[in-house]
Amino acid sequence: MSLRFVGSLLFATLLLAACGKSATDQPSDLLTVRIGAAAPLTGPQAHLGKDNENGTRMAIEDANAKGIVIGGRKVHFELVSEDDQADPKTATIVAQKLVDDNVSGVIGHLNSGTTIPAAKIYSDNGIPQISPSATAVAYTLQGFKTAFRVMANDAQQGRALGMYAVKSLGAKKIAVIDDRTAYGQGLADEFIKAATAAGAQIVEHEYTSDKSVDFTAVLTAVKAKQPELLFYGGMDAQGGPMARQIKALALNAKFMMGDGGRTPEFIKLAGSSAQGVYASLPGVPLEKMLGGKDFSRRYEAKFNQPIQLYAPYCYDAVNVMITAMQKADSADPAKYLPALANISDDGITAKIQFDGKGDLKGGAVTLYQVQQGQWQALETVGAQ
Amino acid sequence: MEIFLQQIINGLVQGSVYALVALGYTMVYGILGLINFAHGEVVMMGAMISLSVLTALIGIGLSPFLALPLSLTLAMAGCMALGYGIERIAYRPLRHAPRLAPLITAIGVSIVLQNLAMMIWGRDYHSFPQLFSNHTHQIFGAIISDIQLIIVIAALCIMAGLMLLIHRTRLGRAMRAIAENQHAAQLMGVDVNRVISITFMIGSALAAVAGLMVSANYGLAHYYMGFLLGLKAFTAAVLGGIGNLRGAMLGGLLLGLIESLGAGYIGDITGGFMGSQYQDVFAFLVLIAVLVFRPSGLLGERLAERA
Amino acid sequence: MAKLPKYILLLVVVLLPFAIDALLGRGWVRIVDFAMLYIMLALGLNIVVGYAGLLDLGYIAFFAVGAYCYALTGSPHLALAFPQLFPDGLHLSFLVVLPMAALLAGGMGVILGAPTLRLRGDYLAIVTLGFGEIIRIFMNNLNAPVNLTNGPQGISRIDPINIAGMSLNATQKIFGIALPSVHLYFYLFLTFAALVVFVSHRLERSRIGRAWMAIREDEVAASAMGINTRNLKLLAFAMGAAFGGVSGTLFAGFQGFVSPESFSLMESIMVLCMVVLGGMGHIYGVILGGLLLALMPEMLRHSVVPMQQALFGRIIIDPESLRMLLFGTALIAVMLYRPAGLWPSPVRRRELLTDEME
Repeated sequence: MSLRFVGSLLFATLLLAACGKSATDQPSDLLTVRIGAAAPLTGPQAHLGKDNENGTRMAIEDANAKGIVIGGRKVHFELVSEDDQADPKTATIVAQKLVDDNVSGVIGHLNSGTTIPAAKIYSDNGIPQISPSATAVAYTLQGFKTAFRVMANDAQQGRALGMYAVKSLGAKKIAVIDDRTAYGQGLADEFIKAATAAGAQIVEHEYTSDKSVDFTAVLTAVKAKQPELLFYGGMDAQGGPMARQIKALALNAKFMMGDGGRTPEFIKLAGSSAQGVYASLPGVPLEKMLGGKDFSRRYEAKFNQPIQLYAPYCYDAVNVMITAMQKADSADPAKYLPALANISDDGITAKIQFDGKGDLKGGAVTLYQVQQGQWQALETVGAQ
Repeated sequence: MEIFLQQIINGLVQGSVYALVALGYTMVYGILGLINFAHGEVVMMGAMISLSVLTALIGIGLSPFLALPLSLTLAMAGCMALGYGIERIAYRPLRHAPRLAPLITAIGVSIVLQNLAMMIWGRDYHSFPQLFSNHTHQIFGAIISDIQLIIVIAALCIMAGLMLLIHRTRLGRAMRAIAENQHAAQLMGVDVNRVISITFMIGSALAAVAGLMVSANYGLAHYYMGFLLGLKAFTAAVLGGIGNLRGAMLGGLLLGLIESLGAGYIGDITGGFMGSQYQDVFAFLVLIAVLVFRPSGLLGERLAERA
Repeated sequence: MAKLPKYILLLVVVLLPFAIDALLGRGWVRIVDFAMLYIMLALGLNIVVGYAGLLDLGYIAFFAVGAYCYALTGSPHLALAFPQLFPDGLHLSFLVVLPMAALLAGGMGVILGAPTLRLRGDYLAIVTLGFGEIIRIFMNNLNAPVNLTNGPQGISRIDPINIAGMSLNATQKIFGIALPSVHLYFYLFLTFAALVVFVSHRLERSRIGRAWMAIREDEVAASAMGINTRNLKLLAFAMGAAFGGVSGTLFAGFQGFVSPESFSLMESIMVLCMVVLGGMGHIYGVILGGLLLALMPEMLRHSVVPMQQALFGRIIIDPESLRMLLFGTALIAVMLYRPAGLWPSPVRRRELLTDEME
C-alpha cells in the first residue's frame, strides 16, 4: 500500500512538472526575445523585489510599444520574472531556470548574496547579467565577462557619504550602526574608511539585525558617546523606526543612511522624525535627467504606488541591454555582449558606461535630505 | 548612571513585549504540552487587522479615542476566530499523533498565515498612525514615553488577570485539571475540547493585544513581523519555565534586560573584542546556562505543578 | 524494488540526469542536485531525531561548519586573514577537506551534545536552536578583528570540486559522451547519498542503532538495561553532525560561494520537516520527505502560473504568495492524513498504535 502511495505521488510530481514545462512555449511569428528578472518576491524584502520587477516590466513594455527591429525582424520582448527569495541557493536554481528558458539577458539579482553565486551560472552560459542593485565589491571581482551593474558599489557610495559627513556637515565625532547584512556591513565599512581618512573619529560602532524593530539599547549606547552624526548602514524598514527612537531618546545627532534609506517608505515609517535625515542615492536626481520625471509619474499611474528604490535602475538596465542588442543587431548573447561592455547611453539615473570589471564608470552619488516630508536633493558628488 | 537606567528601561519595555507574547505560548503549552509555533503569526495578524481597522476608522473621521478600542476589539475577535480555527484544523486531529506531527502543522500554519497576510495587505510596511503624543517622562535623566509605560503596565495587568482566571475561576480549575491529566479531567466531567478551544482563544486575544502594542510602539506593521517576535517570546517562555505564567513574565522581562544590557555593555566586558553584534549569542548562552542548571527553566514547568 | 536486477537500477540512475535534462530542462538537474544534498542532511538529522529521539532545531549549523571548512581551505580567502602564512590562500584538495570537515562537524556535535544531555523534548529543541543561531552569528561577525569568515559578505571564488584531476565545474568528456557540470555533480552527490544510506542502514541494524531506539522509547529503561545513554547520545549527535558536515562541504564546492544567510533557522526547520514528513526513523521515508520538500517549491514555481491560466484564463492571485501558500497547506494536509509521516517504518507504526492510549 505504501509503495502504491509513493508511486502515485511521484506520478503527480512528474505531471505537475510536465505541465509547467509545456505551457511556457508559445508560438509567435515575431522574434521573441526573453529577458529574465530575478529578485525576492516573497519574504521580508518582497516589497523591494516587486519594485524591481515593476521597473523591469515597464522598460520591457516601453520597448515593445516602440516597435524595435533587430536583424530585420520586429521584436517582441518577454519578461520572465522569478523569485529568488533572497536566498543564495534558490538564486542559483532560478539562474539555471532562466538559462533553460533561453533568456537573452538577466536583470538581477537584487541582493549581493544572491547576485554573486548566480553570476557564475550566467557566466558559464554566456548570458549577460546586469544587477540593478547589488553593491558588494566582490560581485565584479569574480572576473566574469558577463557581470555588470548600473549601481555604484559600496566603495563608491561609502566614499561619497563619508566625505560629505565630514567635509560638508562638519562632523568630527561619528557613530556607526550596521545591520550585519552584506549590504549594511559593506557600506558601513567603506563609510568608516572614508570618514576616518577625512579626519573624523569613529566614537562608537554598534550592530543590529535586518529583522529588528527595537534599537533603543544600541541607540542608548551611542548616546553615551555623544556623537555629532550617526550613520546607519541598512534598509528603510529599520531606519524608519530607528529615526523615531532617536527622537524619543533625545539623541542629538544628525542621522544619515545610504541608498537603502532614501525611500518614500522611510518617510512613511519615520513620520515626523524623518525631518532633516540625510541619505544618498547613486546616480543623478531623477528630476534632472531626461525622461526621469516622466518615469516616476508613469510608474505611479501604472502600479498605483510610488517608486520604492531600484525601479529606475532596473529600467535603465533593460534599456542599456536593448540598446546593446540594437547596436549589435542581434539578440544573441555572444554577439551583443561586446556592444554591452562598450555601451555609452543616457539612462534616467545616470550616464551609463561600464569599466573593465563591469562596474559603473564614474559612479556619481547624490545626497538628499528630508525636508517637509519629501526627499530633496542637496548635491551630486562624482566620486573621482 | 542615567545611561544604565535608560538601558534598564529599554530592557523592561522590550521585555514586556516578549512577556505578552510569551504568555500566549505558555498557556497553550501548559495545557497541551504543545509548542504553538504559529503564535507569532497570530500576533502579526492582530497587528495587521487592528492597523487596517484603525486607519479606516480614522479615515472616516472617528476620534482616535473611540477608534482605538474599537479596532482592538475587532482584532481580538479576529484573532480569537483564527486561534479557534488553527486549533480545530491543525492541532485537534493530531492530539494523539506522534509528538512532532503538530510541530510540522504549526510550521505549515505559519507559512500559510504569512503568505495570506502578504496577499491581503501586500508586501509593503504599514506605518501606524501617530495617536499618542510624543510626550515623554523623565526619570532621573532616563526617558520613557507614554506608549512604553502603557505596554509595561498592560503586561503586568494581563498577567495578573490570567493568574486570577486560572486560580480563581471554574474555567481555570478545568484548565489546571486538563494540564494535570486530560483523561482524568474528562472523566470528572470537564469538557476537554471546549476548554482547550477557549484556551486557544484567550491566547489569541492576548496576541492581538500584543500585536497592537508592538506596532503602536515601533510605528509599523508588516506581514513578516511575527517570526522573530515569536521566536524571542518562545525563548523567553522556555527561560522562565514553559507552561508557567509567572515564568513567562519573568523570562520575558529577563530576556529583554539581557538583550539591552548585553547590547550596551558587552563591548566593555570583553574589552572591545565583541560588540552588540553578539547580543543574541549572549542571550542564548544565558539560556543554555540556565537550562543546564535548571533543566525545566527558572520557575519550573506546567500550570498544574504549582496549584 | 529489490526484485529489479541491480544493473537495471544502475542504468536507470546513470541515465537519470540525461532524461531529466531532455524532458524537463537542465535547471531540474540542478534542483535534483540540491535535493540530493537535502536528502543527505535529512538522513543525518534522522540519526539524531529519528533514531535517538533527540529533537534538534539547530542542525543546519553542522552543514554550515562543513561548508565554511571547505570555503576557507579551498579559496583565496585565507590570504586576506593571514597574508604572510598563505599568500594565495590555502587551496586544499576536496578529498583532504572532506574527512576534516566531517571530523570537525562531528566534534561540534559532541560540544553541542554535552551540555544538553539532561534536557528533554522542547528544552532540547530551544537549546539546539540557540546553538545553531550562535554558530551563524559567529560566522556573520568573524570578519573582525581577524577576517576569518569575511562576515556577511560571504566567501566567494571557492574552488570547484576536483576529482582525479577532473574539475567538476566544466563539461567533461567521458567515453566520448559530454557530461555537463550539473550531471557530474549529480553523480558525485548520488555516490555520497548512497554512502550515507548505506551507513544509516548498517547503523540501524547494529547494536548501536538498537540502543538508540531503546533510548528513544524509554531512556530510563534503556539505562537500566546497561546502555550507556550518555555516550550513545553523544555518538548520535556526532554521527548526525558528521553527515551534515560532509554535505556542507559538497554544497560549498557546488555553489562556489557561501554566506551566513544560507544557514538560517528556517533551513533547520525545513530539514526537520523533511524527516518528520517522510517518516521519522525510516530511511526510505526520510529520502522521500527530502525529495518531496526540496522539489515541491520548485514544482509549484513551474506550475502555479500555467495552472491559473488554465483555470481562469489569467493570473488572479500573485503566483509567488500562492506558491508558498500551497506549500504550507501541503505540510498541514500531509500531517493530518498521515500523522506518522508519508512512509513510516513498519516497526514504528506498530509501536505508535500501542502508544496512542498513553
